[in-house]
Amino acid sequence: MHELSIAASIVDAVTETVSRYPGARVKEVRLRVGALASVIEDSLQFCWGISVEGTPLEGSMLVVNTLPVVVHCAVCGKQGELASLQSFRCPHCGELASDLQQGRELEIDSIEIDEVEEAV
Amino acid sequence: MTTRIVELRRGILKKNDELAAGLRSRFTSAGVLVLNLVSSPGTGKTAFLERTLRELRAKGARVAALVGDLETDNDARRLAASGAPVRQINTHGICHLDAEMIDKHLGAWEGVTLPTLDYLFIENVGNLVCPSSYDLGEKIRVALLSVTEGEDKPLKYPTLFNSADAAVITKMDIAEPCGFDRELALKNINEIRPGIRVFETSAKTGAGMDAWLAYLAAERAARIV
Repeated sequence: MHELSIAASIVDAVTETVSRYPGARVKEVRLRVGALASVIEDSLQFCWGISVEGTPLEGSMLVVNTLPVVVHCAVCGKQGELASLQSFRCPHCGELASDLQQGRELEIDSIEIDEVEEAV
Repeated sequence: MTTRIVELRRGILKKNDELAAGLRSRFTSAGVLVLNLVSSPGTGKTAFLERTLRELRAKGARVAALVGDLETDNDARRLAASGAPVRQINTHGICHLDAEMIDKHLGAWEGVTLPTLDYLFIENVGNLVCPSSYDLGEKIRVALLSVTEGEDKPLKYPTLFNSADAAVITKMDIAEPCGFDRELALKNINEIRPGIRVFETSAKTGAGMDAWLAYLAAERAARIV
């Protein structure tokens, strides 16, 4: 439900970065989103078109790379991906595991831009 | 035209996270323990908080509350009955509180300054999804669940329950007529957030409040003083 404000935050951050490349257009924005980040990709994609209108990001593609939840197990010492979000247990030994190594990310990884060649 | 990849590697909510970190250090240096209460609408956050404020005041603690709702100041008026300073934040459609709202309202709150408080409670907008993404600078995030909501709520909303530091089960006085399966609810909470402290309470009868207040006092002593 808060995907519109997430989209607006991405547009702001990317616009700021792109201002260092005068005239550049953004082709693609790549995100890293953890499975526990409370962001629904479909809603975010839906909001994207509206949010980029009239900005250097207009027409750009949003690519969401979803990251699984990774826990470190205090019992067996191993690290692994959760099989399901309904049970925070070590995939190796089955013990409850509360030490989260990955899964809450909500980051802009990189952007792809088309730069205007400087006139000589 | 040349194509270029620019690495950003920055948090989307960086602005909120930075503001929240600033608030957290202000709270710590002022010696106030700040809690963020999160639940579905109707769980009984307001009744639970009203009782908490009243009992803390009776013990001589200096308490205040910020309360978030989409519209109306009904909750603020209910909480003010406890005698504590209360300030309503109306988000007008936004489904969560963010650090900027907290900062703004703290600045505009006449008669309340952080060093005059022992505890500050923030009652978030009733929502089990969005508030989990927004750090408010709190020390303790509390997820609440009532006996009428179904024991599987933690499984349905793992993102929120996993981000909580403590869990409170409300309306325990009606657990029996509701057919509430206590063991199953506790198991589900622990399955999502292993080892979390759980308080079984009733704002109506006062059950479980002693353990909750003892926890608050211990957390304040451990983290602030």
